[in-house]
Amino acid sequence: MDTVLEMRSITKQFPRVLANDQVDFDLRHGEIHALVGENGSGKSTLMNILYGLYQSDGGEIIVRGQKVDINEPRVAIDLKIGMVFQHFMLVEPLTVAENIVLGSELRKGPFLDTKRAIQEVEELSQKYGLRIDPKAKIADLSVGLQQRVEILKALYRGAEILILDEPTAVLTPQEVEDLFKVLRALRAQGTSIVFITHKIKEVLSLSDRVSVLRRGKKIGTKATSETNEQDLAEMMVGRVVLFNVEKKPAEPGEDVLYLDRLSVKDQFGQVKVKEVELGVRSGEVLGIAGVEGNGQSELVEAIAGLRKTAGGRVFLNGQDITDWSPLKIKEAGFGYVPEDRHRRGLVLDYSVADNLILGFHGKKPHVRGGVWRDDKAIEENAEKLIEEYDIRPPVASQPARSLSGGNQQKIVVGREFTQDPSLLICAQPTRGVDVGAIEFIHKQVIAQRDRGAAVLLVSAELDEILSLSDRIAVMYNGQIVSVMSREEVTEHKLGFLMLGGRLEDYRAGEVNGHAE
Amino acid sequence: MQSRLKTIRWQGIATPLVAVFLALLVGAGFILFVGENPLTAYRILFMESLGSVRNIATTLQRATPLMFAGLAVAFAYRAGLFNIGAEGQLYMGAFAAAWVGFTFTALPRLIHLPLAILAGMIGGALWGAIPGFLKAKLGIHEVINTIMLNFIALYLTDWLATGPFHGGSWVPETARVSASAALARLYPPTRLSSGIYLALLAALIAYLILWKTKQGYELRAVGLNPQAAEYGGINVAKNTIIAMAISGALAGLAGTEQILGLHQRFIVRFSADLGFMGVAVALLGKNHPVGVLLAAILFGALQTGSAAMDRLTSVPRELITIIQALIIFFVAADYLIRRILRMKEEA
Repeated sequence: MDTVLEMRSITKQFPRVLANDQVDFDLRHGEIHALVGENGSGKSTLMNILYGLYQSDGGEIIVRGQKVDINEPRVAIDLKIGMVFQHFMLVEPLTVAENIVLGSELRKGPFLDTKRAIQEVEELSQKYGLRIDPKAKIADLSVGLQQRVEILKALYRGAEILILDEPTAVLTPQEVEDLFKVLRALRAQGTSIVFITHKIKEVLSLSDRVSVLRRGKKIGTKATSETNEQDLAEMMVGRVVLFNVEKKPAEPGEDVLYLDRLSVKDQFGQVKVKEVELGVRSGEVLGIAGVEGNGQSELVEAIAGLRKTAGGRVFLNGQDITDWSPLKIKEAGFGYVPEDRHRRGLVLDYSVADNLILGFHGKKPHVRGGVWRDDKAIEENAEKLIEEYDIRPPVASQPARSLSGGNQQKIVVGREFTQDPSLLICAQPTRGVDVGAIEFIHKQVIAQRDRGAAVLLVSAELDEILSLSDRIAVMYNGQIVSVMSREEVTEHKLGFLMLGGRLEDYRAGEVNGHAE
Repeated sequence: MQSRLKTIRWQGIATPLVAVFLALLVGAGFILFVGENPLTAYRILFMESLGSVRNIATTLQRATPLMFAGLAVAFAYRAGLFNIGAEGQLYMGAFAAAWVGFTFTALPRLIHLPLAILAGMIGGALWGAIPGFLKAKLGIHEVINTIMLNFIALYLTDWLATGPFHGGSWVPETARVSASAALARLYPPTRLSSGIYLALLAALIAYLILWKTKQGYELRAVGLNPQAAEYGGINVAKNTIIAMAISGALAGLAGTEQILGLHQRFIVRFSADLGFMGVAVALLGKNHPVGVLLAAILFGALQTGSAAMDRLTSVPRELITIIQALIIFFVAADYLIRRILRMKEEA
């Protein structure tokens, strides 16, 4: 296969950070090349240089044998390089077709030739097998389809080299599958793809080759078939990574959380949680598996007091806490790692120190006389948690926004865990978190369990559910379809139940030999 | 990292400075256009506003209500609220202060003056709390409500001062406030009042509330990320009302200072958009109490100097309004200025 792109010894210095340190990278015709590394390892920087958004301080870029100087995206587009960003650049009120032709509009006199635009988009989507309605408004599309529009936009501009920056971060597992199908189809048609990610599973299932970056340096490039999960994780983190958390058998006690026929509606009045009956005992991790959107978020928010219940009761340590204020629930011994740390868990513009007291900012020792902040105590609290939870960089005064996803999550985890709550809810605790931090957070969850906390874990990652949980509940369409002990569960069985299968049918299938 | 933080802080100060510089530069173009020497005009502007103790006193007198109004807008902004209603709150506060001033004439100064000031604060606070309440409980956007409440306050005080509380003269104003409720004149014959001390104190208190108290932590959290605030056990509705009430109290003080210091009676429509100038002052001051004080002094100086410039050159005083607008334009075009700064840094 021919090399379509070569980046030689690319160096990029940001104030105080060497983002790329003499990185070599090459892309072959019609391959999917995964570019992996932890957050902040320089993957995006490297690709932004290729796309002309940053200028490198050293090194050269060769596209199809020609040395090129890409000083702005226009040049990259002319070189048939396209990039799909993590945050989409779409105009929401406009249609799919209008977005795709934006910037190179077809005109009929002074007017936009909408008809031809629609026709061209249709042809394009047929050619690449990317199904989409050109007349649909962007705002009405799911995130997965919006991403498809971004890909079509790049293809419309003639991209033969396609860069995708963490495209799966915003997708549901089903959408990830669809995306992979699309990318494989594009590869078959000769498109060369750079796929940025930090999820090792994706690398293994999709790519032909993989390059690993760590702290701005290239660690190596390998054929995907010649590597494995453990090997890649070590390359990324620089040490051996444990995927399976070591833990001793659970010693469960009494129910700490008990849900008595709890029902919850979403903001549109739809019943999302239907009469859920569930107990979580001290000293155990109960995992709730399920495809996202089956009521998990509403369930958790209702327990936390962030959403009104529509029926039933919530008990914490035997006390009825239904519809209490979030503060009161917190004070009753509740710790909560919310699923969206940016939206719920952090005030991004607050310092690390201020984020480490969110929810406890009115308690001693952070406040003197009920009124005045005790800046010294807040600082000490921060220093302690930064050390204990290995938050990097270890600067208490830095805004939380400037930290990587994994370290932001460690702020939330540290803040909640250090209170030694009797009930701990962890919703998607490792989403968008890099490998090293995942391992750390998993260990902390088990430590909380062993301390005697009741842990309710909600996760879309099956691996996470399987490796941490002592009991596993499956949530489908607002209901808990079954609660099983860890030993009873296989990945296959979970998948079956998560998609709405009934346990009885699964057992029947096992007998008849269909299920496997 | 520490140095990066410093850079960010430095940029926070640099943007308004560059904005002022650019506004003066464009203003110079206008001055050339009317056939005058910009340097001469600006020298007059500077000397007449800051060139002598007396001129400085006049500048500060003009700046005082702008300080209060700017603090009002900035305080609400820190809690994520855009208080366009400072003008209305100012009128309500002003009238309340005037009423106490001309009604309880038998009180000794030590009680009467603080009482009048307190009345001014409460008048503004209540008027500010209304849109705060509507936002918190019904989700109605504060911009709509504050604008509408401005009209209500304006016409209500029009009526009060020309109807039930008309002072009896041919002018639409109330009776004079008694001397026991008047703010002292600090540097006669300028009309600088001791309200300036009150403004400095208000800035200090606003700063302490926002950054040194639990209340401030909650207010700013609500402003930056209400959902995270809610998660953190913070009562968003309560804090919205508190923020608007405090903002209203500050705006009320702007009116109070004008009534008890400058006019010593309530005059119909005395404000001439001081409340709206507060928005500009807060914007230029980056919604920080210290920035607000400096921005208010700048605007006060421009207004003071403009009269002299008008008198001594053929540059009309309206030029100052243009420059003020340009300053706001350039502050709002923050992005542009940061690009310019970065280009300089790279060069």
